Amino acid sequence: MHLSGEGLACERGERKLFQGVDFSLGPGELLLLRGANGSGKSSFLRLIAGLLRPAAGTVRLDNTPVNADWQALRERLIYIGHLDPVKPAFSVAENLIFWMGMTGLALQYRRGRGGGLVTDGTSDALQALGLGGLADIPARFLSSGQKRRLNLARLAAIQRPLWLLDEPAVGLDSASIALLSSLIQRHRDAGGLVIAATHSDLGVPVTHQLAFGMERAA
Amino acid sequence: MNVRSLVIRDLILATRIGGGGAMALGFFIVGAALYPLGIGPELILLRRIAPGILWATALLACLLSLDRLFQADEEDGTLDLLLLSSFSPTGLVLTKVFSHWLTTGLPLIIATPYVATTFNLDYEAMTTLIVSMLLGTPTLSLLGAVGAALTVGIRRGGMLLSLLLLPLYVPVLIFGAGSVEATLFGIGSGSHLIVLLALFLGALALCPIAAAGALNLHVRS
Repeated sequence: MHLSGEGLACERGERKLFQGVDFSLGPGELLLLRGANGSGKSSFLRLIAGLLRPAAGTVRLDNTPVNADWQALRERLIYIGHLDPVKPAFSVAENLIFWMGMTGLALQYRRGRGGGLVTDGTSDALQALGLGGLADIPARFLSSGQKRRLNLARLAAIQRPLWLLDEPAVGLDSASIALLSSLIQRHRDAGGLVIAATHSDLGVPVTHQLAFGMERAA
Repeated sequence: MNVRSLVIRDLILATRIGGGGAMALGFFIVGAALYPLGIGPELILLRRIAPGILWATALLACLLSLDRLFQADEEDGTLDLLLLSSFSPTGLVLTKVFSHWLTTGLPLIIATPYVATTFNLDYEAMTTLIVSMLLGTPTLSLLGAVGAALTVGIRRGGMLLSLLLLPLYVPVLIFGAGSVEATLFGIGSGSHLIVLLALFLGALALCPIAAAGALNLHVRS
């Protein structure tokens, strides 16, 4: 899978956030977005995800413009926003099961020991983010860092080639950041693409950078 | 598969603590029961006012749960991901409307015979009431989805939602209550029920598009 963009521009309200942004990303590569708060990193990620439409420019998936139909791109990406879509009334495993079901995975539900729903495939993903022992507890008892890890567990549970990460390391302790780094590394070794906006060091080699804000460098 | 996942999720969320699934039902039963208690055992008067009161209480009960229809998912970022899933925006709205009706409209209909008994409604009028609610409550959910989508970004938008929706609910109220009154007067409720069906079909065609447009507008702004 190859993803590129030419002359991308984004407007929020009347304000021009960025314009003329070009990038090109191939298998195993990571694009790091840098810039001050409010400089347009999150909007750039939402634009690639298809949640925002570009004011100008073209996004290409395998050299085919996706401006007309974003569905092809949507089916190949996982978007980690700055909010954690965690339902407090669900158990940790149930939250993940819902998102696995929404991606069209055929799941066999059954009742777990705690009375909640369980299915195959969640335990490995939760293990990968260090949540293995918490599968059955209600998500309302999770700390903000644990909620973040539950959100990130979608990366391990659902196989998609493009990861869009908006500040993935916020609220994570150093051990969890290491887990995330190894997850990203494994994804890239398998030929996956990553676009990440972050202020903290993820500890993974960066192949491309985009700087947002006043002093932009390609 | 997606539709099933989302409907199952909404049903489970509604039944768990803080889901508010029983709230509309409780409001309907308690709200409607206040009138016989307040007016006293005036059997003829109660039967005369029953259609209007039961339908008006059902409207208000439906409104109660609507402000969380999309907002609960908007607040924690779930809405973004739902719009990124293979759902079309209109398909997403239709699925949410179906879940809303299953957790709000359907319980009201099931409770109606018990509540109607306190108003001295006979079997024939009660049957008409239930049929009119079967046709009318999906329309309430569909219209409600438009209001909920328009107010999704407004914190504590419940009051605005009520002001937006109650005027739109008036036709359903008039023909819903009218069908039961027509049965009470022995003039047949067929024409009222056909208008209710027409309102439902019109809402089914237009409301998902309007609500999906409002959701897209919110996500992209």
